[in-house]
Amino acid sequence: MTGKKITAVRTFVLAISAAMIIEGAMRGEMAVVLHKAVNICLECIGLG
Amino acid sequence: MKLTQGIRRKLIQIAAFGFTNAHLTNFGKGKIYTGKWKNFCVPGVNCYSCPAASAACPIGALQAVQGSMDFNLSFYVLGFLLAVGTIFGRAVCGFACPFGLLQELLNKIPSKKRRLPAWTKYIKYAVLAVFVMILPVAITDYMGIGKPAFCEFICPAGLLEGALPLMAAHPELRSAIGPVFWIKVSVCGIVILGSVIFHRFFCKVLCPLGAIYGLLNKISFYRLHISTDKCIHCGKCARVCPMDVDPVRNPSSAECIRCGACAAACPKAALHLGFSDEKKDGLSCSSQSNRICS
Repeated sequence: MTGKKITAVRTFVLAISAAMIIEGAMRGEMAVVLHKAVNICLECIGLG
Repeated sequence: MKLTQGIRRKLIQIAAFGFTNAHLTNFGKGKIYTGKWKNFCVPGVNCYSCPAASAACPIGALQAVQGSMDFNLSFYVLGFLLAVGTIFGRAVCGFACPFGLLQELLNKIPSKKRRLPAWTKYIKYAVLAVFVMILPVAITDYMGIGKPAFCEFICPAGLLEGALPLMAAHPELRSAIGPVFWIKVSVCGIVILGSVIFHRFFCKVLCPLGAIYGLLNKISFYRLHISTDKCIHCGKCARVCPMDVDPVRNPSSAECIRCGACAAACPKAALHLGFSDEKKDGLSCSSQSNRICS
């Protein structure tokens, strides 16, 4: 891949990732992450 | 004392371990951190049920959102992984993952060291697809909630960082031990033994996070640059690579964790890790005329 193509792909992927983060945060995904992370995950420790 | 590349990387790894697991006093208290930073993900593998964990595990968070009643795909976590991977690629594995550091320490235990067959590197992509992306969505309970299949059946970090310290602090948890616990113990045992014999066994074979970041190695800002006019094709870089990569033939390999062992070993200083191209000394991987790097 040439330098210009790599730069274009990087820029595109970063823009998409920023949009995804914002969209995910706006639709409430952070609350799901927080709820899971602040409770002991019994499945994760092999007890669920 | 001169700070070699290896020592510098180890110091960064230790700092990252401390940043990722900042709440060490929780080990004694037998509880986990429940503050606002758990809205966010750390870049490496670190169970959020570890008492010391500062933030959420990205793979755990991904499964949690995708297994929830309201979502089948996590834009938030995938967007975070895409951003981190585009900037750093698998340098996260080489510098910032606590479980990667643990594996490297285990590999220092004296034993016969071997190399894994090449096909084993594809197993982690199957783990990512099946256990992380499909099962939490496909297999749900009566409320529509899926289980974090990778965390539940495979992830050794949850057992080592979460189960053992929590069971030590809360003996009553031990009564809940069932068949799944012994499956995890078996997998953890294989990973520990594998890490002693093979460098970064879990990273090479099972880690879904490494699979994601590895796919972004080809476009990451932080990458390996080669001065083709300096390279004498001695093969030393390939011989020292702990991830079984030939850096000259494939500098953007999905297996490369950007540890810098190749650059440190090169007798001609033809390899360079960083964000910038080497325009002064030679051709970079992004140069149109450097076909080795494409």
